[in-house]
Amino acid sequence: MTRRLAWFIAGGLLVALLLAGVVSNFASSSPDGLDATARKGCTTDADGTITGGTCMARQEKDHQMKDSPLADYGIKGIDNPYLSTGLSGALGVVLTFGVGAGAFWLVRRRGRTASASASPTAPGSGEN
Amino acid sequence: MDAVAMHIANGIVNGPVSAAFAALAAAALTVCVARGRADLDDRLAPMAGLVAAFIFAVQMLNFQVLPGVSGHLLGGTLAAILVGPWVGALCVSTVLIIQCLLFADGGLTALGLNITNMAVVGTAAGYLLVAALLRLLPRKRYALTLTAFVASVVSVVVASQGFVFEYWLGGTTELSLSTIAGSMAGAHVLIGVGEGLITATTVATVAAVRPDLVYALRRLRAPARTAAAAASAQPATSELPAATSATAGAPEPTVDGAA
Repeated sequence: MTRRLAWFIAGGLLVALLLAGVVSNFASSSPDGLDATARKGCTTDADGTITGGTCMARQEKDHQMKDSPLADYGIKGIDNPYLSTGLSGALGVVLTFGVGAGAFWLVRRRGRTASASASPTAPGSGEN
Repeated sequence: MDAVAMHIANGIVNGPVSAAFAALAAAALTVCVARGRADLDDRLAPMAGLVAAFIFAVQMLNFQVLPGVSGHLLGGTLAAILVGPWVGALCVSTVLIIQCLLFADGGLTALGLNITNMAVVGTAAGYLLVAALLRLLPRKRYALTLTAFVASVVSVVVASQGFVFEYWLGGTTELSLSTIAGSMAGAHVLIGVGEGLITATTVATVAAVRPDLVYALRRLRAPARTAAAAASAQPATSELPAATSATAGAPEPTVDGAA
């Protein structure tokens, strides 16, 4: 990986960290398109808990990981909701990058790569 | 923090159908690994990690589309444009697996359903449209932006109908399928517009800073000047069966070398 690419990746990660760590606190808390469809036909109370009617979400079962320390995009034990959401988001970005880049690096094509084969002296190299 | 559920939860689709889609998703991801390896070089691997992390971040940003209804990026089209369809589907899957296992979002039983809709169907639909549009549209800068927008809208609506299909096969409540289809399509046209704006902005930004990092530009249309340059250069990555006639300039020799 060239230094120039490393800077690009670092810049992109910084944007992702800001989005997940800060902007996420201003996201809509309404159910998304799927969840809203799943609740169609049911009545809900102010907390979004289903109180009656017939809808898909009636059959919804608990998540196997509902006790995960990061469940529902918060950090267990941190009471400040902004801090909890922001930190869990930032942690998610770091974990996703680590797992993703690590796995992709392990299965990547070795040997002659596009960047390795592109020497600065390659014909037709005009500056962009 | 109770309404933070973004993907299909456990129990919505019955066990056998969920298991069948888990097998289907596993098979599809195996194909993606096999085909994606050809694309994954020293440059694409970290880029794909970044794309996954970025999609994770943006999926947290639910935006309002109707009173009481929000939506978020799915990311298939974005990933397909930046890192290609095979690796792109793997990026979205990585996000879904981490969300499921660590953030309790999207049921574990429903993981195959979610991967099928968002990672496989969404990415495939997005990329097919990107490939078609980039061949049709003129070689102008706006073409990629417009392509990203249109492909995103269609991809999100198609992915939403993937759920309708799964519910038709194994829904756990007797409900009118046409109502579900209509409700999902209506909400997801609007979500698709949001996805389109995010995808177009992101892709246009990357294309402005590092056009060589945009897979769709490398594979589907080498910029005119690079195509001319590539004609004189020997094709550097000859092991890739040229996706189009004009892809030989794919690696854009200068950019990394100049660093």
